[in-house]
Amino acid sequence: MVAERISWESVRRVGSRITTPLSPDDYLRLVNPLWTSRELRGRIEEVVRETDDAATIVIRPGWGWHYDHKPGQYVGIGIQVDGKFHWRSYSVSSPPRRSGGTIAITVRAMPEGFLSEHLVSGLEPGTILRLAKPQGDFVLPDPPPARMLFLVGGSGITPVMAMLRTLHRRGSLPDVRLVYSSTTEERMIFRDELRSLAEEHDGFSLHEQYTDSDGVLSFPDDLEQLCPDWRERETYACGPAPMLDACEEAFEAAGLEERLHLERFSLDLGGDGAEGGTLTFSNTNKSYDADGAETVLEAGEAAGVGMPYGCRMGICHTCTLTLVEGTVRDLRSGEELSGPNERIQTCVTALAGDCTLDI
Amino acid sequence: MTSTSTPTSTTTGTPTGKVHLTPEQLRAFGEELDAIRQRVIADLGEDDAAYIRDIVATQRKLEVAGRALMYLPPAWPLAVAALSLSKILDNMEIGHNVMHGQYDWMGDPGLSSRMYEWDNVCPSEQWKYSHNYIHHTFTNILGKDRDIGYGVLRMDEGQEWHPYYLGNPLYAFLLMVFFEWGVAMHDLEVENIVSGTRKLEENKALHAGIMRKVKRQALKDYVVFPALTGPLFPLTLAGNAAANLVRNVWAFNIIFCGHFPAGAETFTQEECLDTVDADGKPEESRGHWYYRQVLGSANISGGPLLHLLSGNLSHQIEHHLFPDLPARRYPEIAPEIRDLCARYGLEYTTGPLHRQLFSVAKKICRLALPTRRTSTDGEPAQGPVTEPIAA
Repeated sequence: MVAERISWESVRRVGSRITTPLSPDDYLRLVNPLWTSRELRGRIEEVVRETDDAATIVIRPGWGWHYDHKPGQYVGIGIQVDGKFHWRSYSVSSPPRRSGGTIAITVRAMPEGFLSEHLVSGLEPGTILRLAKPQGDFVLPDPPPARMLFLVGGSGITPVMAMLRTLHRRGSLPDVRLVYSSTTEERMIFRDELRSLAEEHDGFSLHEQYTDSDGVLSFPDDLEQLCPDWRERETYACGPAPMLDACEEAFEAAGLEERLHLERFSLDLGGDGAEGGTLTFSNTNKSYDADGAETVLEAGEAAGVGMPYGCRMGICHTCTLTLVEGTVRDLRSGEELSGPNERIQTCVTALAGDCTLDI
Repeated sequence: MTSTSTPTSTTTGTPTGKVHLTPEQLRAFGEELDAIRQRVIADLGEDDAAYIRDIVATQRKLEVAGRALMYLPPAWPLAVAALSLSKILDNMEIGHNVMHGQYDWMGDPGLSSRMYEWDNVCPSEQWKYSHNYIHHTFTNILGKDRDIGYGVLRMDEGQEWHPYYLGNPLYAFLLMVFFEWGVAMHDLEVENIVSGTRKLEENKALHAGIMRKVKRQALKDYVVFPALTGPLFPLTLAGNAAANLVRNVWAFNIIFCGHFPAGAETFTQEECLDTVDADGKPEESRGHWYYRQVLGSANISGGPLLHLLSGNLSHQIEHHLFPDLPARRYPEIAPEIRDLCARYGLEYTTGPLHRQLFSVAKKICRLALPTRRTSTDGEPAQGPVTEPIAA
């Protein structure tokens, strides 16, 4: 396998002698869009509707995808909408090394999330998307702890599902308790599969909490009822921020914070009229507090970073850098641009919240 | 958007075609252009992305076809034609425009100004500096814009005459034939080294970059592909050289029609400083920058094929106003720009390819000789003489 790959790489290297300044992949991908490793790509094989507003998207990665995700990790998905790539991260819901070499993500359409809406209802099988390799520390340890508790809210089930499926495939679910909150039964993703898992495995039990009718769980009071031995379990929590905050508080109060593993979905992306923020430079880890009028270029120069620059009026693109995370505002139009992987002209943009730049 | 007044009545024409606009008029002119830019930016989308992807696919297919047809000696002319077209599309509609950042908004690494490398001996990194920054920022400012004569030609009366310039037509011919090499050498600023304003050491890093690219390009076109055709080696070699030549001649002609035909103006550094910055230092206003781009550029009129093969540089005026808007939008906004120029009394220089070429050729020959103050061909002698950019 390794020998095969090395020789394939050398074939491509020789090939690049005749395709220079491009790479062989730049031509091959015209034959099959997945035949390129210049960027990680995938093709949508199937879109499976899970609930009214959630769907599982099965993706076949193309060349260059040598990554086996750990159960619980997320991948970056880049989708072209109106000609522009938009990036989001989604937990992989399929277990690693699934037969057929595909990965699956499960996405819920958010009321204001135009990309999640597009993913759930606007994608046809065959669509080509871009991928970023798996990341994240919210993973199932190997070997798994003997006793586990999963506290899940809404689409927070996705990384946990990858963990449960992995355990199930190995044929041995240890002592696992899942407390799963959803607004209603209809909106509960994977409920049928979870119920049948609970039937099949004696060690696995499931509590379904419908928060519209039964109310939101309170920590730790409800936990004492639903999982009296919660203090003795390794706990994995994933869901909306208020739920995670309450969990964290309860575990801290009990002095058990090292037993709690959290996955937070949403980062504070800034934007929405924010002005200024802390600018961090990823290569040097330098940082600088910029105001909303200072351009990113000026901020970088003030921080002593060797920023590329040219016309300083937004026409030549010499100063363009990649925004790793955060939001900047184009001072000409007021438009907000958000990372990750957004290319920004530093001479005509200013910070709208904390940002990290790839330089 | 503020004023839409028609200021033509208050402008005063000069023999050079430059008109005087008041600071208010310049500001209003700039605001109208900013508004056009914003409108196009907001409208960018799937059509623009699909267009450039199609052009890229067409170019790659033409290249593969051209390389493959070299195996069929009777199809040699066809092979050269396909390869020439491929190189022209790569350099102009794709390379030039992608490297301007026209498609950066897509977030596609294959179409990113930071990553694209063109099929040309000039490394993209160097070209972007001298073209996007120097030429597009300081367009047609004598002593600042090195694209006026590229350091070898006398293309403006403002460049002081020297007996060296008797060879102007010959140098222009050689530059046309070896255009990609000229573009690659452009950044070495040989004329500034000769005149002593630049040190040879400053070229070391540039030189290494050029040599690396030259080796790869030459190996591909003049060794590997010919060798791959076995006994047809000489024919393939000649075919590849011919394709590079066709691309050189075409690119040279299009580019020389951009700023050198009669009607395109040059500027002194002083006349561009029409305002002051916050510290009271003289600088150029945004409005004047736009004004200079219009007067310094010339379009070529023609059909869609001409526009495509020129990378839409046939719309040089629109390109210079908005260098980072996708070039396919230039024909669309051209009528509006033309109307705007008319309202402000600015000349919008345009003409068919043959006429613009003739005008440029005439200028190249005329400027080989010292400037005569009384011109017989009706073209006026130019105003203030600034320091020459070539020795």
